[in-house]
Amino acid sequence: MTPGSEAELAELVAAARGPLCIRGGGTRGLPVEGEVLSTAGLSGVTLYEPGALTLVVAAGTPLAEVEAALAAEGQRLPFEPMDHRSLLGTVGDPTIGGVIAANISGPRRIQVGAARDFALGVRFVDGTGTAIRNGGRVMKNVTGYDLVKLLSGSWGTLGVLTEVALKVLPVPETEGSVVLHGLTPERAVAAMARALGSPFEVSGAAHLPAGPGGTPRTLIRIEGFGDQVTYRTGRIHALLAGFGEAHVEMETRADWADIRDVRLFHDIAGDVWRVSCKPSDAPGLAGRMDARGLVFDWGGGLIWALVPSGTDVRAKLGTFGGHATLVRAAPETRARLGTFQPEPAPVAALTAGIRARFDPKGLFNAGLMAPAA
Amino acid sequence: MQMPKPDPAVLAAKDRVRERLEEVLPKDAVISDPVEARVYECDALTAYKCPPMLAVLPSSTEEVAAVLKICHEEGVPVVPRGSGTSLAGGALPTADSVILGVARMNRVLETDYDNRFIRVQSGRTNLSVTGAVEADGFFYAPDPSSQLACAIAGNVAMNSGGAHCLKYGVTTNNLLGVTMVLMDGTVIELGGAHLDAGGLDLLGVVCGSEGQLGVVTEATLRILHKPEGARPVLMGFDTNEAAGACVADIIRAGVLPVAIEFMDRPCIEACEAFAGAGYPMCEALLIVEVEGSEAEIAAQLEKILQIARRHDPVELREAKDADEAGRIWLGRKSAFGAMGQINDYMCLDGTIPVSALPEVLRRIGEMSDQFGLKVANVFHAGDGNMHPLILFDANMPGQLELCEEFGAEILKLCVEVGGCLTGEHGVGVEKRDLMGVQYAPKDLEAQMAVKDVFDPAWLLNPAKVFPLDVSGARRTASAPADAAA
Repeated sequence: MTPGSEAELAELVAAARGPLCIRGGGTRGLPVEGEVLSTAGLSGVTLYEPGALTLVVAAGTPLAEVEAALAAEGQRLPFEPMDHRSLLGTVGDPTIGGVIAANISGPRRIQVGAARDFALGVRFVDGTGTAIRNGGRVMKNVTGYDLVKLLSGSWGTLGVLTEVALKVLPVPETEGSVVLHGLTPERAVAAMARALGSPFEVSGAAHLPAGPGGTPRTLIRIEGFGDQVTYRTGRIHALLAGFGEAHVEMETRADWADIRDVRLFHDIAGDVWRVSCKPSDAPGLAGRMDARGLVFDWGGGLIWALVPSGTDVRAKLGTFGGHATLVRAAPETRARLGTFQPEPAPVAALTAGIRARFDPKGLFNAGLMAPAA
Repeated sequence: MQMPKPDPAVLAAKDRVRERLEEVLPKDAVISDPVEARVYECDALTAYKCPPMLAVLPSSTEEVAAVLKICHEEGVPVVPRGSGTSLAGGALPTADSVILGVARMNRVLETDYDNRFIRVQSGRTNLSVTGAVEADGFFYAPDPSSQLACAIAGNVAMNSGGAHCLKYGVTTNNLLGVTMVLMDGTVIELGGAHLDAGGLDLLGVVCGSEGQLGVVTEATLRILHKPEGARPVLMGFDTNEAAGACVADIIRAGVLPVAIEFMDRPCIEACEAFAGAGYPMCEALLIVEVEGSEAEIAAQLEKILQIARRHDPVELREAKDADEAGRIWLGRKSAFGAMGQINDYMCLDGTIPVSALPEVLRRIGEMSDQFGLKVANVFHAGDGNMHPLILFDANMPGQLELCEEFGAEILKLCVEVGGCLTGEHGVGVEKRDLMGVQYAPKDLEAQMAVKDVFDPAWLLNPAKVFPLDVSGARRTASAPADAAA
């Protein structure tokens, strides 16, 4: 089903009896049964005010179209959403609604925030077929509950997004990275912590234990005006003098796109896990996973792990502060381990309660974020 | 303004509830004497007052859980209170309620510079969070103007902002986790030292829920290293339009100032009379602040000044040193005090799209003439968060009501141009009855559905946010009819 308007979508949902698979571009590899309900028919920019840093766009609009519209005004989506296609072997056009529904953020998340932090407003259709509006198009808004955050990262389980309003930011003049070589994960996380704890507004901090060529490579990114990038990368270079060999590279956009999309794991067999944790816990946690490949982003706060198919990474990690999401695996592994980290009982009860309120018929992406009721 | 009529059954149970609370709290943490309880009769929205039935001052998450469990069993409404600085009446009690104040819970629990967070008890004041880390060069970014007094608990409840959120975001963008007690006494943890939720973003909806979903007892907050330096520039313009266009051009140019503050002529005049900061007399004044090293500041200010010159400024004043920077901020920071000296005033908090600024200011001016009440505008222009101050005389019968009516019209205008009722103060009771202007009944229904899940009996701060007729059926099936406060 590909409704052409919010009203039509609402009618379809109101009339639906069986499970629905809510789909934007279908590139994020959701293991969901049910009739496909696509937002592809809801497309186009509703409002774009570059001087107010505000974009309102229909949820099914291809991400590429959004990014092109912003680029034409020298602006961008600050949260740097990753493209899952190569990692997952999916095809299709990612949509802006999918990005928000899945709260997809990249390396810049540590500096500026996640997709959810840039979502100013949403329109969505809940499981009864009611069209609901929350938030707005202004940057500061505390009028009523923030359902925008609740819908961001709800993976379509609470409602079908039909429109999102976003805060956007200017593209800085240039960027550059301090690159360190040969660090262990422990030393790399310590170096990244030093840089992130400096006044120099690091916009990316990642460590590849086996980077291109097989040697460890740690990158710390600065964005801004030309002189500013020169100055700040220089200061960070000096700050990290005790961490061994390092140099400054300008034009590291391709490196950061690779980190964002976890390029190292493309075309290599195995399951892929994504672990969010306290950065200083990362080396220890990574050591427990028997990983064949690792990428540390967010100064260590995000671990991408490539593990043998079927590995229960959550069992290996045990109890820790954070969560582990299964991003790539065979259907039977997904069915056995679940995509999302199970929550403690009282929190799971709240989640289930909210889901039952927003989708009383249990139509949307059944079984995705928690076992079907 | 209406508040629910107190439940006689709850009032009749006062002694039993007090005894039960005294069993789980130290003796001095339960306040039942009506004179002592009067301390809690209002917050910073002083136009409305009602002493609570009881007040409690727990010292730990466990004590909060014990209190809520008892109140839940007894069916007693609970009104959480941080420091009582809400301008929206978020902590206004009802006569049958227990005020749960977190002021005694003010400890720093953990400071972690490697992972850039601080974990505090929620009664700690906003400024003292920064105070705990500033010797090491760090700060907590959200800076509401009440930051000396306001508590993190209230900041989380209202999703507080501040002058610097154009760059650093508001509370929800800087809140990593909370320990929270649900109305039935269940303690839950949301978030932590890691980023983003593993499931539904419940932390995101708790922040800004005005104490209606649970009582936050601990918070994990993101801290940042202080910038190397910061410096403001002051610009005066002949028209609001020119100032508004200048703001939009600065933002478009890719310079992201840490703050862009706007003051109109009535505000400039009042500040000048009060603080003598040496402001130019003009229609609109901008204070733009940038951060970085000395060279970075100079480069950014040069770009900003170039843009400003295209809008025919009547004054451009760059701070040469800390003393001049201080004087540029002096008037702005004393704006509220200056107004308070002239008159009683009501401070509004609507947000508008930045592009609508000139039109909104013009129409507020027209309304000011119609209502016969003066308005001064001072606000965070970069993000469109307005703070019109309506001047009135509280001692003159009818003026408060007239002022409230005028305020409501301004907020409706904010919504009409694509903005919202409140940018950082919260809805509380103040804007509760205007919620229907911004949201359709079905939109409010979806929000209330969240409260149904967290607090099925609607005992936590029940008379706030949602218009009483909208929330009536939920608050209690057997509730007495609502009465005027």
